[in-house]
Amino acid sequence: MAEPAFAASRRALIDPLGATLAAIVAIAFLFQPLMLLRPNRIAPAQGAFAWEALPGLQPMACGIITALVVLILISRADARLRLAAAVAGLVGLGLAVGSGASHLLPPGSAYARVAPGAGAWLALFALSLATGDALVRLRLSPSGRIAALVVAAGVLAGFLASGLWSDLSVLREYASRSDAFLRELWVHAGLSVFSLLAAVVVGVPLAMLLRRVATLRRAALAALNVLQTIPSMALFGLLIAPLAWIGAHVPGAAALGIAGIGVAPAFIALFAYSLLPIVGSTIAGFEAVSERTREAADAMGMTAWQKLLRVELPLALPVILTGVRIVLVQNIGLSVIAGLVGGGGLGVFVFQGISQTATDLVLLGALPTVAMAFAAGIVFDALIDLSRRQETR
Amino acid sequence: MTPAAPVTPARLPTLLLLVCLMAFLAMPEAFSGLFAPLTRNGAAPIYTQAPLLFLTLNHLALVAAGTLAATIAAVGLAIATTRLAGLSFLPLARAVANIGQTFPPVAVLALTVPIFGFGPVPTLVALFLYGLLPIFETTLTGLTELAPEAREAATACGMTETQRLMKVELPLALPLILSGIRLSAVIALATATIGSTVAASTLGEVIISGLLTGNTAFVLQGGLVVAALAILLNEGFMLLEAIAARRAGRPSAKG
Amino acid sequence: MIDFDSVSRLYGDRPAVADVSLRVGTGEIAVIVGTSGSGKTTLLRMVNRLVEPSSGRILIGGRDNRTLPAHALRRGIGYAIQGHGLFPHRTVAENIATVPSLLGWDAKRISARVDELLSLFHLDPALFRDRMPHQLSGGQQQRIGVARALAAEPPVLLMDEPFGALDPIIREKAQEDLLAIQKAYGTTIILVTHDMDEALHLGTRIGVMDAGRLVQYDVPHAIVAAPATDFVRSLLGAGDRAFHLLSLSTVEEMIESGEAPGAAIPADMSMRAALSESLWSRREALPVAKDGRVIGRVTRAALERRGAGPQ
Ligand SMILES: Nc1ncnc2c1ncn2[C@@H]1O[C@H](COP(=O)(O)OP(=O)(O)O)[C@@H](O)[C@H]1O
Ligand SMILES: [Mg+2]
Repeated sequence: MAEPAFAASRRALIDPLGATLAAIVAIAFLFQPLMLLRPNRIAPAQGAFAWEALPGLQPMACGIITALVVLILISRADARLRLAAAVAGLVGLGLAVGSGASHLLPPGSAYARVAPGAGAWLALFALSLATGDALVRLRLSPSGRIAALVVAAGVLAGFLASGLWSDLSVLREYASRSDAFLRELWVHAGLSVFSLLAAVVVGVPLAMLLRRVATLRRAALAALNVLQTIPSMALFGLLIAPLAWIGAHVPGAAALGIAGIGVAPAFIALFAYSLLPIVGSTIAGFEAVSERTREAADAMGMTAWQKLLRVELPLALPVILTGVRIVLVQNIGLSVIAGLVGGGGLGVFVFQGISQTATDLVLLGALPTVAMAFAAGIVFDALIDLSRRQETR
Repeated sequence: MTPAAPVTPARLPTLLLLVCLMAFLAMPEAFSGLFAPLTRNGAAPIYTQAPLLFLTLNHLALVAAGTLAATIAAVGLAIATTRLAGLSFLPLARAVANIGQTFPPVAVLALTVPIFGFGPVPTLVALFLYGLLPIFETTLTGLTELAPEAREAATACGMTETQRLMKVELPLALPLILSGIRLSAVIALATATIGSTVAASTLGEVIISGLLTGNTAFVLQGGLVVAALAILLNEGFMLLEAIAARRAGRPSAKG
Repeated sequence: MIDFDSVSRLYGDRPAVADVSLRVGTGEIAVIVGTSGSGKTTLLRMVNRLVEPSSGRILIGGRDNRTLPAHALRRGIGYAIQGHGLFPHRTVAENIATVPSLLGWDAKRISARVDELLSLFHLDPALFRDRMPHQLSGGQQQRIGVARALAAEPPVLLMDEPFGALDPIIREKAQEDLLAIQKAYGTTIILVTHDMDEALHLGTRIGVMDAGRLVQYDVPHAIVAAPATDFVRSLLGAGDRAFHLLSLSTVEEMIESGEAPGAAIPADMSMRAALSESLWSRREALPVAKDGRVIGRVTRAALERRGAGPQ
């Protein structure tokens, strides 16, 4: 490709990406409501700008922090300064939202709800991207990225535990059903993780078998492909009829929890969706091991098992892990649908919220789902990098 | 060398599936005998609150509209971020796409309701937003990673940036872009099914009504029609991709 | 025709090309030779501005190559590369027609030109026009790549290791084709290679590059007879010098009288080619013909004596 000789002179004074993000932050602060106030949880909301929502001198502090963050993001500051600015912005946003909620909530009203407004969400979006961008520019090592995730989780936990946010509507919803929330959270995580584990236990050996039999492989991959294509709700539906029949007619099956509606169809559907990525990536991983490497292992006198465990599996691991990452993130999202068929999970709150038009309840289900999927993605990306590194050593 | 149209073994079952689906949608009552054993207490075996054919067409129209909008936006965005002027936005666009991918479609759907109210609009918005990502990613790959020598040759022949895009980069990327659209459309079909929870009238309505009334026949027929649509949609796009790949001068991998 | 005037190109603070000045005359073939990473490709790509120089300038026909917009400049300069870079989604004819259609030639003229070029490269137009690149052999793809570069009759042709991927027999054929075409059109050519034999065979002048610098630029005889540096000598290969001389002289100067069996070789064949012909056809002596008449013979013994050592 033709390279511009003027690349050096193009190094302008502002950072285009940072400037865009800074513009979003500024617009969010100036033109969008920081908070939303509702007389009750399903009534229409009324917006409050930062200077209306915050008490005393806080609007000024908020404005100054925003201006500083905007300036640093626009300038060509180095990555560490940008990171500091973005994180400061996020923490400031968290404090402002908590304080705004407490300030706006009419004292003594049990029904009024205060939630973050479009301005808060926009600022969260832009500042998170700025944080991510700064972290990318810092070129963190895999363990560094996991450490950053742990710190972020810690800060989030701190906010939740401190009670700063307890006047926010989402946490009000949480407070009134904390037992159910924790239970469904575990069901959700359990569904996602155990269906993945089952798929690994079945899929990896299956892939190694299919690797040897080309005709079988084509047929199996085609079948899994079709399975993967079927929308989750349809697959749940298709599983309900046979499972209901088994539950009703096979002795003991009902005792094992097999029934038309419940965890069983959800688990089986998630398992089915997990198979294709696991099998596919395992086959691809093993194919990536070169013939020469295999010959070298043979020449050193390794048995088939030794070759598998010491050479092929370690070399195929990064690719297999890529499949696992896809499945885990996908399962966390799909588990929401389990709420529809009585399988539990955070989808219960999402669908309850939808049917009651209660946004906060939807958020109570959706936000932890997104957070889990996001964290799983980061952790596995780091693991994949680590396993690659091992290989080049 | 390559036969004109490679007859893949999947072709015949696909046709059969298409015929069965059309027959069922045209006269669902004719099949009530098949579904009757799944009902209890004399409930109706076939969903009749809205004609299945109407729901199917509505479902497909939503998918088509959402995917079309997503295609235009995503391809445009990918082109913009791969030109010299947009290059510095590429990391941002990539990051948004990556984060977006961890958002489950249901969450997108649920969170659009407060903004747009119930009905088809939130579903359409969710289809659009969630459809962007696969198309953006594949278009990006197609524009930047395919045939680097051909792209350089285009420059060396004296093509302007626009000519290179239109005559070389886009035609070569087309099969990959189509595979992104296929992914989007399949996801859209699934999301539109869930869309009936926010009152979009799609085939999900049949499944949900079955779940609410304990009528397994509804659940099964809804599931079957959606599954058949998904498989047919996927196969149709695969066929298009194969044709496009041949036209882009890549003999199909199987051939 | 083409003047490099103190041209340098830096990547970071490392020079890929350092202060190169050279002149290529109209209708000449300048061959740039050097080891991998010596800056040959960078030097070549500065001519059609795929790379811009950090300092210095390049004149084509006396005009700075930056006076035209880059794309207009490139339409007047043919460019052929090793990987051939054919457009996989276009037929052979469409590939060849790329620059003519960018220049707005009418369809009839383009079609005639495509057929002319295909015939020139010994490819039957009726058979090859509508093929896709993946339906061609490597040698055919390479020829289409050169045909595309020549399509709009550019006065200048740049070639970056154009024959690198071909097997030896096809490579020799392609080199002969290139010489014939150059003679027919009088195109000025700059060709990059890492193969000294190829340089000696094709070059009107040879430029030797080492770590970004042009260490010698001269006619082939002078390079072989008086290598400027040890590096040039090592490129020539220590024991091969006399052998290189063989490829630079024709058999005409060593014709002796006498008979020899089999088909005659032309008098302007290089001594090296004659030696290999003698070995291949297992003939101790070869008849030599000039203007269609046998005028004598060369013997393998004499050829080997010439190749054995310095005279
Ligand atoms: N785009 C580039 N960026 C950085 N370095 C480059 C680039 N192109 C070439 N170089 C460096 O410049 C030197 C010369 O490269 P090149 O001209 O390709 O050499 P040659 O064609 O003789 O093998 C090499 O050291 C190479 O690594
Ligand atoms: Mg080179």
